[in-house]
Amino acid sequence: MTRIKGMEIERDDVVRACIIAGLFALALFAVPELIGVYWVKILTAAAIYSVVALGLGLLYGRVGMVSLCQVALLAVGAWTASRLLYGTGLPFPIILLIAGLVTGVIGTVVGLPALRVSGLHLALITLMFAGAITLVLSVIHFPQGGGGFLGQLSLTELQQFRNIRRPGIATSDPAYYRYTLVVMALMFLLVLWQIASKPGRAWAAIRESEPAALAAGVNITQYKLWAFALASFVTGVAGGLLAGSAGALSPVAFPTQDSIVLLAVVLMGGIYSLWGAVVAGLLVRLLPALLENWGVSIYVSLLLFGIGVLQVLATAPGGLADQVPKDLKRLGRLLSRGFGGRADAEGPAA
Amino acid sequence: MIEVEDLTVRFGGVTPIDDMTVTFPGGTCGLIGPNGAGKTTFFNVLSGFVKPAAGSIRAFGEDLFKMADFRRARWGLRRSFQTEQAIRNLSVFDNVAMVHEHSGQARVSRRQDVLDALAFVGLNVSPREKAGVLGARDRRLLEVARATVGMPRVVLLDEPAAGLPAEETVHMGDVIAKIPEQFGGALVILVDHDMSLVSACCETTAVLDFGKLIASGPTAEVLRNEHVIRAYLGTEEEL
Repeated sequence: MTRIKGMEIERDDVVRACIIAGLFALALFAVPELIGVYWVKILTAAAIYSVVALGLGLLYGRVGMVSLCQVALLAVGAWTASRLLYGTGLPFPIILLIAGLVTGVIGTVVGLPALRVSGLHLALITLMFAGAITLVLSVIHFPQGGGGFLGQLSLTELQQFRNIRRPGIATSDPAYYRYTLVVMALMFLLVLWQIASKPGRAWAAIRESEPAALAAGVNITQYKLWAFALASFVTGVAGGLLAGSAGALSPVAFPTQDSIVLLAVVLMGGIYSLWGAVVAGLLVRLLPALLENWGVSIYVSLLLFGIGVLQVLATAPGGLADQVPKDLKRLGRLLSRGFGGRADAEGPAA
Repeated sequence: MIEVEDLTVRFGGVTPIDDMTVTFPGGTCGLIGPNGAGKTTFFNVLSGFVKPAAGSIRAFGEDLFKMADFRRARWGLRRSFQTEQAIRNLSVFDNVAMVHEHSGQARVSRRQDVLDALAFVGLNVSPREKAGVLGARDRRLLEVARATVGMPRVVLLDEPAAGLPAEETVHMGDVIAKIPEQFGGALVILVDHDMSLVSACCETTAVLDFGKLIASGPTAEVLRNEHVIRAYLGTEEEL
């Protein structure tokens, strides 16, 4: 085969892969050794929410379909996983898979209106779905280890309550953090693989122009639903991780408006980049915890997200994941020019 | 060969194509007419974006209306758009590859087919370059590469040289004229307002005016036809 200039794997790609692998190893091995259990739990939650953000970024950033139902789908995944974790002895990874598949099916149903409507109308419809899911959850509650389909305990059985089980290899908080991080990496790789192959190109075409995608032979119905199915699958898996992390779940933890906050945060983090999802996970879970630690009300984080999303929409559509490296580069240039300028001044005048 | 019979399209009270019967024999065929004559609407009927009120279109003996819109690309229908639609976020290579992977062609030949299509149109940029950073000429060429990759049978080009300076239009004309020979007898229909481009690459030409076919035949003859000249000059017809 002829070698065409510019088609080989470039050095930049290798360097980037090495940096990511290094950062991942640092987060996996060093971080839980350096911080306390409280912060390990916070980072576990941040990793879980970054997978939810990944799904939302896929829908909105890659295909151009807005969904305000992602936190509700996280709850669906958490519900399914917790019911199975109480009710069966299935291995943890299998339960994560089932939670992902169940959520994938429900998420695809949520995505059906996207075949007809888009933009604000789609946002509204998906928000209504989220409201409906929240409502159903507030009636049926999360499973508590009892019998029947809903797995509720009666008042007399309440002393039998035990926490949702974790995988045998990851019962301690640091071990469960590592487990979560590995599953998170697998979800990112799954989405990355889809974005870099046939579906990703079809999504890019749909986002750019549906007539042009159709003319290129893209089955728009199929690829839009696949995006919803995949985004919901990873969100369902994240829900399963959340069930094991929390030990006990409550509908209060999944208010409908959290899906709106998540969209704002994903926009802030960077909707077009996978890094944006990581930043979003940290913003939505680590930032409130840091504020609380510093004695500031956690509601200040909502204010910050509001200001942040305004700033992103007005000046930096790529979000933090895009803007921070650019700004750092600019800062580096300014600094070197500053030093360079002084060096020039000492040289002979032109 | 494409045979269009009694084709009528209505949008409410407007009839952009009115009882059109025409045959595109093969090779590179021109389709011209003043603004609003129904040329792009005709392309949209072929693509399946617009459902006609009446009529039939047979392309290489097959009834086009029996195929779902997205399946027509797999059958071999390709098109470009008046406002070019290169996908800015994808690389040049992926822009063409995404058409190839929906064309039903073998996966093993994809890389080579895509690079061949880029070489055919004479696009001298790195295949890894994002389409969004290309200039107007390169984006237009990329669109022709997208329209010709993966064994096309019918290639619809909607003003592919719009906005290009003269020498780039000449290059575009050379590329278009070579398509039928390069791709095993593919039929090209070229819509354009630039008569020098149409006469340079089209053996036959059809002329639409207000949705009606007013002339068709060898390009040189059609361009001398007095109805055609009147339609372009806007003189009132008295028939």
